[in-house]
Amino acid sequence: MLEIKNLHVELEEEDKKILKGVDLTVEPGKVHAIMGPNGSGKSTLSYVLSGRAGYEVTQGSAVMDGVDLLELEPEERAAAGLFLAFQYPVEIPGVGNMTFLRTAVNAQRKARGQDEMSAAEFLKVIRERAKSLKIDAEMLKRPVNVGFSGGEKKRNEILQMAMLEPRMCILDETDSGLDVDAMKLVADGVNALRDDGRGFLVITHYQRLLDHIKPDVVHIMADGRIVKSGGPELALEVEHNGYSDILSEVA
Amino acid sequence: MALAKVKQSATQARLAGLTLPTSGWSEPARREALSRLTEMGLPDRRDEYWKFTRPDALTDAAAPHAAVLNADEAPIFDEIDRLRIVFVDGVFDPAVSDDLSQEGVTIERLAGISGSEIHWAKGLYGSLEARGQAPVQRPLAALNTAFATDGVVIRVTGTPSKPINLIYHHENESSDAILHHVIRVETGAVATILENGPAAARFNSCMEIDIADGGALHHVRAQGRDHERKTATHLFSRLGTESVFKSFTLTVNGVLTRNECVIELTGDDAVAHVAGACVGDGDFHHDDTVFITHDAVNCESRQVFKKVLRNGATGVFQGKILVQPGAQKTDGYQISQSLLLDDDSQFLAKPELEIYADDVACSHGSTSGAIDEEALFYLRSRGVPEDEATGLLTLAFLAEAVDEIEDETLADDMLARLQGWLARRR
Ligand SMILES: Nc1ncnc2c1ncn2[C@@H]1O[C@H](COP(=O)(O)OP(=O)(O)O)[C@@H](O)[C@H]1O
Ligand SMILES: [Mg+2]
Repeated sequence: MLEIKNLHVELEEEDKKILKGVDLTVEPGKVHAIMGPNGSGKSTLSYVLSGRAGYEVTQGSAVMDGVDLLELEPEERAAAGLFLAFQYPVEIPGVGNMTFLRTAVNAQRKARGQDEMSAAEFLKVIRERAKSLKIDAEMLKRPVNVGFSGGEKKRNEILQMAMLEPRMCILDETDSGLDVDAMKLVADGVNALRDDGRGFLVITHYQRLLDHIKPDVVHIMADGRIVKSGGPELALEVEHNGYSDILSEVA
Repeated sequence: MALAKVKQSATQARLAGLTLPTSGWSEPARREALSRLTEMGLPDRRDEYWKFTRPDALTDAAAPHAAVLNADEAPIFDEIDRLRIVFVDGVFDPAVSDDLSQEGVTIERLAGISGSEIHWAKGLYGSLEARGQAPVQRPLAALNTAFATDGVVIRVTGTPSKPINLIYHHENESSDAILHHVIRVETGAVATILENGPAAARFNSCMEIDIADGGALHHVRAQGRDHERKTATHLFSRLGTESVFKSFTLTVNGVLTRNECVIELTGDDAVAHVAGACVGDGDFHHDDTVFITHDAVNCESRQVFKKVLRNGATGVFQGKILVQPGAQKTDGYQISQSLLLDDDSQFLAKPELEIYADDVACSHGSTSGAIDEEALFYLRSRGVPEDEATGLLTLAFLAEAVDEIEDETLADDMLARLQGWLARRR
């Protein structure tokens, strides 16, 4: 469903290569995890896939369901079914969380030629999904992410994902800064969305999250490349020995 | 100091086309205003106070031309039960105005009562304007006091059930209107004044508001969308002990708008809030000039001004808080912000604090910036198209000023107008 081939990315502003040939294919229904040291390019990969400005793709391709993602505007990628849970969710003063979500849901529906969701229907669905993430009515009313704790922000990302029902979900360190309970909530939220048609790319530093969201494939990213791929046992190896063994092995 | 020759002749040229109404109780005040004006001369671009805004179109002898906008949206305040007082190109129109009698308030037309010899407004007419001439001169306000052809004189004694709505239609492409309103809010009385409409091709408006102890006046104003109109307004307000004045102005379009607001907090524990939201495109030029004087203990003043500028539009903010000796426990707040939707637009701000008391809390801030790219990308990554996302962020920016309006219905109406501008892109 998501096919990344030989992706090379540089910064637009300065002459700096960040991704140096990433190859990765996520099949429908599968969970792929990416682990790797800080600065290896994991967030950059997620940003480039979702269309953030400031990066230049110098080689390679990224295709989702046969569509060239790199040709699309960020909103078109979203409407095509791509979702990124941000490592650092953005605060938007003055825009209510609920308004934001309804605007997003309806914009995507419109882009796909579907009818807008009625206010009543939307309210019913969001209440139910917010509840399972322990997001209260107050948090839905507040401006997007403003004054939210780290954990609240991450839960809010998962709520957005649940409302938008994307086909391909990328989670960028959604576990960082979460305590055990919050991580469980987030993992449950993700697991509830798992189905045969949906793909996941879970970026994380820690094995911890992968105890709750069982990956099918684990990739190790270093210096802008996927240097090793394997089963869930690869995550355990990282947990026990750190990255140095793997990195020296592939060097 | 003698007036510069050019200024003198420019002022004389403007005065040549005007006639001072000479009958009744307002005449002495008008003559005094005229002598103030001839001493000061009309502003020109060399004046410090007009550094950012060229006053020419407001002072020219010849009335300017301004196309009349054909309304394409529901009139403002239409949903609200209000007492309507309609002026067309500055001329009162009884046919479309409501009966002026209402519980808790007496409303009279300035033109209708100026014949009588004694009137409660006699001591007030022009007096707050005269006080407001120092330390900064406001010649256009003096011109207004001298030559206003009409206006309303309102005395609030209770709590009128409906807001009083001054509606200014613009029908003539070269009309030149001067209106002067006087409002006295008596002890403990509370009223809401609404103003809307472009008024004329050129509009000079002055409102003097005197609020007695414990009184409150809410003022919400929407200036017309006729883009070519030129407007100069002055609000002069004096606040007694524990009184409240809250004013909000919406400006959508306009090649020249200068809104001056001069507030004196003279009684302890008084509260004055002024706010404004404006949006403009291209040759839009909008100037908010505010001067708040704290001259009593434990008063609060608050200024919140937001401007959205696009395609080379210009926004100006000159705002001053003056805290006089003895005005302890003053709480003064001022924020002016502009959102520049492109690189061609500009925001010129001159925030000032002048404080002569030691136990005060005053803060001011002024910012100017583009749309937050991070927020924009976040919204787009959720599927919201760029235009719509920009609109949401723009509205959120303006909402902080609109939120200053206490009445939710009024605030919603203001937000809807801003949304309309965003949707029309004009
Ligand atoms: N916008 C940017 N400006 C400057 N450097 C950047 C930018 N984005 C990424 N980088 C750099 O690219 C490298 C990869 O960063 P990132 O993708 O955030 O890594 P990771 O998420 O794996 O920690 C780092 O060295 C980082 O400093
Ligand atoms: Mg990262």
